Amino acid sequence: MSRLDSVGTHSVQCSVADPLQPTTQPAVVLDRVSKTFAGALDRPLVLDEISLTVAAGEFVCLVGASGCGKSTLLNLIAGLELPTRGTISRPAGKAALLFQDAALLPWLTAGQNVELALRLRGVKRRDRRAEADRLLKLVHLDGLHRARVHELSGGMRQRVALARALAQETRILLMDEPFAALDAITRDVLHDELIRIWRTTGLSVVFVTHNVREAVRLGQRVELMASRPGHLVGHWNVEISGDRRIESPAVAALAVEITEELRKEIRRHAGDPR
Amino acid sequence: MTASDSTSVVRDEVATLEAGLDSLDPVRDPGRSAKSTWVRRASASIAPAMIAVTVLILTWAALRISGIKPSYVLPSPMEVWQSIVALWHQGVLWSALWNSLRRAAIGFLASGVVGTVLGLLLARFKLLRTAIGPLVSGLQSLPSVAWVPAAIIWFGLSDAAIYAVVLLGAVPSIANGLLAGVRQVPPLYLRVGQVLGARGLNTLRFVVLPAALPGYFAGLRQGWAFAWRSLMAAELIAFSPNLGTSLGQLLQTGRDLSDMSLVLAAILLILLVGVGVELIVFGPIERRILRTRGLLVDPR
Repeated sequence: MSRLDSVGTHSVQCSVADPLQPTTQPAVVLDRVSKTFAGALDRPLVLDEISLTVAAGEFVCLVGASGCGKSTLLNLIAGLELPTRGTISRPAGKAALLFQDAALLPWLTAGQNVELALRLRGVKRRDRRAEADRLLKLVHLDGLHRARVHELSGGMRQRVALARALAQETRILLMDEPFAALDAITRDVLHDELIRIWRTTGLSVVFVTHNVREAVRLGQRVELMASRPGHLVGHWNVEISGDRRIESPAVAALAVEITEELRKEIRRHAGDPR
Repeated sequence: MTASDSTSVVRDEVATLEAGLDSLDPVRDPGRSAKSTWVRRASASIAPAMIAVTVLILTWAALRISGIKPSYVLPSPMEVWQSIVALWHQGVLWSALWNSLRRAAIGFLASGVVGTVLGLLLARFKLLRTAIGPLVSGLQSLPSVAWVPAAIIWFGLSDAAIYAVVLLGAVPSIANGLLAGVRQVPPLYLRVGQVLGARGLNTLRFVVLPAALPGYFAGLRQGWAFAWRSLMAAELIAFSPNLGTSLGQLLQTGRDLSDMSLVLAAILLILLVGVGVELIVFGPIERRILRTRGLLVDPR
């Protein structure tokens, strides 16, 4: 059965079913991070005073409506952009980032895409092929080293992108709505896949989505983000023991609760100028 | 059931699920389509071309037989063929082809180097782009034959004058093609490179240049066409015995002798070189670039 924490608690609890007990060591720490467009202080805020800590090995889902600044927040954590105010530290080191579009480079084969990440990390030439094959096998794409990007289905591409991200050997994996463009069946399978890989690798994951059910299905913690400017309004520790599936009643129950909260936030913008 | 047991069960389940999904997906087999259709594709593209050429030659012969024009204005296909055979017997055919092709190849390679460096500089420095970008684009539309008198005054009736005209004809196309290719690189690829840890030259080498290849290649192909045209213009006008025989010079000789079948033979040879280079060099490379990226749909 599930036990749901109420909004506002800040303890990170973990269900007994999880084999990996997160340590207290943080992987990512955001301290009152604000961001304005173009970095100028007089421009409207995109993100307002966001404080967030992701523990090592923790799976955090960030939910919010479109345009709430979720992707900007991810770019900040990845180091692709700099915050206007506040600090971001990554005690766990560099972060890998997965996009909604698999963003594989079309002039390379599936295996070469993975090998490029290895090469840019400094892996020696003779080790690259074997390592790329190992990673492709990890995402169940053995034997597809020479496949061209356009020959792969959307789900397969996203798995190659996942293998490429894992090739970076970071301790942090950032995911920007990675399954939003996939069909529901493929997405469901990739949820299983992602959880399996997360358990195997013990990575810290920050998963951005606008799909509340997906967030509850995957995350140990769900952070709700409100818009204009983007800020965190609450979080839920997901404690669902046993099989957690997208159609599980426990997932649905918590998703309803979070969605209510999300709708409340959205309604507050009803009078905003367009 | 222990935790690791349940993990391995989950793994097997996910693996079979994914294997099922992957095989349900209508994915194109890369090897199969390429091989079996090679002969068919070749015959499919050659046969219509052969028929078109045959019809053209028959029409030409029919016009000649109908006698609308005298033979010194419109020679028959056979007379033109005899001119080519005569050139061969005089040993002029191969030396003319060789001289023109050699100049075109050297001129094109030099243009490639200059155009690539110029294109990269234009892509890298905005100030340079604003300053001479419009000029480079403008030069593309300037017929390079306009440079011939200037080149002859600067370099005399020499190979240098001919190469100058070829370069002025081809460099703008190549530089512009590369510039367009670089500017059309999807920003997403640049972000991917950044996330994967590519900086500076690595970004250029692993992301920007491969992504810009289709535009760059289009520029090179147009550059070759302009180089070949410019070369013919230069050889035709810069006419001097010490430049040796060439295709352009054959044209001029034919004109001086009012030998229409020699003029047509030269035109035919110039055209054949153009078609040959397209079929042997640029066509296959383009198909390869497009097929690699999934932009080419194989005829079925």
